Amino acid sequence: MRRLIQLLKTFTLWELLKGLQLTLRAFFMRKVTVQYPEEKTPQSSRFRGLHALRRYPNGEERCIACKLCEAVCPALAITIESEARDDGTRRTTRYDIDLFKCVYCGFCEEACPVDAVVETRIFEYHMEERGENIMTKEKLLAVGDKHEATIAADKAEDAKYR
Amino acid sequence: MSGKRINLEVNGVTLEANPGQMLIEVTDKADIYIPRFCYHEKLSIAANCRMCLVEVEGANKPIPACSTPVAPDMKVHTRSAYAIAAQKATMEFLLINHPLDCPICDQGGECELQDLAMGYGRDVSRFSEGKRSVKDENLGPLVSTDMTRCIHCTRCVRFGEEIAGIQELGTMGRGEHMRISTYVAKTVDHELSGNIIDLCPVGALNNKPYRFAARAWEMEQRASIAPHDCVGSNIYAHVLRGTVKRVVPRPNEAVNETWLSDRDRFSYEGIYSKDRLKVPMVKENGVWQERSWEDALEHVALKLRQSGADIGALVSPSSTCEEAWIINRLFEHAGSAHLDSRLRRTDFHDQNNDPAYPSLGVPIAELEQQQGVLLIGSDLRCEAPILAHRLRKAALKGCNVGVVNAIDYPYLFPVADTHIVEPDDWCASLAGLVVAAGGELPPAVASMFEVSPSGSVDYLKNAPSLILLGQMAQRHPAFGMLRYLAAVLAQLTGATLGYVTDGSNTAGVSLAGVLPHRSAGGQPRPEVGDTVLSMRPKTLLLVNVESVTDLSDRIDRNAMRQAAETVVALTPYAPDTLLDDADVLLPIGTWAETSGTFVNVAGVWQSFTGVANPVGLARPAWKVLRVLANLLKVPDSDYESSVAVLAEMREHCESILMNNMPEFTAPASPLVEQSAEISELEVSLYQSDNIVRRAAALQNTQQAARERPATFVSSSTAEVLSSG
Repeated sequence: MRRLIQLLKTFTLWELLKGLQLTLRAFFMRKVTVQYPEEKTPQSSRFRGLHALRRYPNGEERCIACKLCEAVCPALAITIESEARDDGTRRTTRYDIDLFKCVYCGFCEEACPVDAVVETRIFEYHMEERGENIMTKEKLLAVGDKHEATIAADKAEDAKYR
Repeated sequence: MSGKRINLEVNGVTLEANPGQMLIEVTDKADIYIPRFCYHEKLSIAANCRMCLVEVEGANKPIPACSTPVAPDMKVHTRSAYAIAAQKATMEFLLINHPLDCPICDQGGECELQDLAMGYGRDVSRFSEGKRSVKDENLGPLVSTDMTRCIHCTRCVRFGEEIAGIQELGTMGRGEHMRISTYVAKTVDHELSGNIIDLCPVGALNNKPYRFAARAWEMEQRASIAPHDCVGSNIYAHVLRGTVKRVVPRPNEAVNETWLSDRDRFSYEGIYSKDRLKVPMVKENGVWQERSWEDALEHVALKLRQSGADIGALVSPSSTCEEAWIINRLFEHAGSAHLDSRLRRTDFHDQNNDPAYPSLGVPIAELEQQQGVLLIGSDLRCEAPILAHRLRKAALKGCNVGVVNAIDYPYLFPVADTHIVEPDDWCASLAGLVVAAGGELPPAVASMFEVSPSGSVDYLKNAPSLILLGQMAQRHPAFGMLRYLAAVLAQLTGATLGYVTDGSNTAGVSLAGVLPHRSAGGQPRPEVGDTVLSMRPKTLLLVNVESVTDLSDRIDRNAMRQAAETVVALTPYAPDTLLDDADVLLPIGTWAETSGTFVNVAGVWQSFTGVANPVGLARPAWKVLRVLANLLKVPDSDYESSVAVLAEMREHCESILMNNMPEFTAPASPLVEQSAEISELEVSLYQSDNIVRRAAALQNTQQAARERPATFVSSSTAEVLSSG
């Protein structure tokens, strides 16, 4: 008996019709595909993307070279060198983040006592040349300058949970 | 202190103690930790931080452990709720005025206050009033200040009073208005003042050259030996990515206790001086050419081979034993004895009376137990600050110190007997002491100067006592006579004769046989070579020597230079003088970049390893010399490590004991000349060797400014300059 049913199913393409039924159902369902890059998914304000170094509103860089981010970084992606600037304040002379090493855990941001290093919402970036994976202090500050409004808004939104 | 031991109970454990001991000493010994800020084992007890409050049964309030003597059957609780509440309350008060600037504070990560605040601090401050802020003092180029951070433990003040001997810092005002400051705007100039950086439990006093350069947790701590004086202080170099960032003392009770002189602490800046030599260079037709190591070494080997036995070497007394040993082997192979390491000495007449190696005569720690010390021609605070500190401790305990010198140096301890005379009259003055002590001088000696019995050296008759020949005495043109008289005096009084030697390894270099009259292990050479005064070789090797600044003015450098066809300098630096004088420059590493061994003034062999990455193509000097030895086919010179070199040297030298007393029967040397200017005998504190001379912070001190000569031109060079 079982063999007879099996034979019938084979000749009526039953399995195929079953599959097409699913396709037909999906055809009329609501679509969820995001048409990237024309469309984008919503991002959390806590999104951890490309790093940036921030400045105070008066233009002074926030980073004080305390090296807590360097110490907490589990991937050893951050390298800092520091010295006393001419005005006697503690500043970095070198602040490098190696994006190949970084695991985007966000510990650096958590550790920073002055909210200087942050991970922005930027995730669309690439490197073409060797060495571009190193985010230098200048590059990080430039990212920060460009996106300061977003960063500040995200920080403000998150502040009440901290 | 009476001999009877008493028992007390701490946290339920019974401990034994001597009556009169403070509670904290007993618990420290038993590894029971009591938090503290103001207590320091080397300083007097102030009991002003109150952090060490503990509960003592029967007492009606918490009691400070640092200033409470133990009592029989005392019951102490250091971790009871009552004790911890008291400690937490103290911490809350300490933190009221302490700024929250740990992220920019250099002490962050190694701060006693930070550590203890983790255990005893509240998470939220209840203090909402205004915080105190204090103006920073400028304490000079070595110590940075952030006085708002000060918690008034007064360790720095007590250090000045008790250890340094000059009270450079003091407390002003009371309570909230109390601050630590110099009395009148003034810098801290004492040669040990860097130690207040280590003593400060918070970030109020910090290392200025190191300011903001690194964090405590990211550096590696590597043990080494300080290379600037004959003490061989034990140090840690703190290294970040192969670069020395700072130097701190490594406690060793037998050598430097927990202290370190400023010279040893801050000299590391010199390692990264701008005039570091980074590649081997050879001068061709008056033009310097960069060469590869192979080419340069072949070139040098060729020159040495061509010169045969007509080669000479001047070796810094701060060279390591390994370097000295290979040089000695190299010269023995070439058949030359023209090698010398006594670069600033000018009297060699009785060099046969030199001991196998000049030493202090007693272990460094025993300097404290001396009953009488006679210092001849020594500015001890400059020559060896740690020895001066030990001697100061002895003097404060009642040791009588006598001084024969040209300048009444401020020794910072009571001096019982001073003979301040021009260097010309040092011999006469010593002869007077000999006669006053009841000794008789041979007529040949007595007739040389007018001897009148003066002063008394009775204090030297209380054993143990010491007669120390300082560096200035050793540079004196009548050193032989000075030493003879000192030895006679030592025999008369039963005192030990000792030297305060130049450089960090005079003992080791002497033992290795870098002397014209002695080979390895102090064995007399069959054929005595030329001393630094008379050396005129065809090929001259300078090892870590800068021809102008490291040699005595009495050496005719021009004659030496003109006689030499080739001058090969193994040097970490390329100053103009060497660029003029030398024909080949081989870059060698400083103490931080090489492994080696120093034998200190008390005959202690202290080995160290390289701590930092070499600068440029610089190589450890022992390796450079080893390759030269290989190229010259010196047998068995394939040393694989500095340890192998040392092992070979130790076989020859280790059994030699510290004994400075030559067999004096008569003055070995005729008194040729005894007139000398004090300026030619003195080498100032921060001019002593090539690294120190390049340490920027040290050169900016008041001390260096006072002592710095206007220019570094020797008299012979000056003559050439003025005639040209």
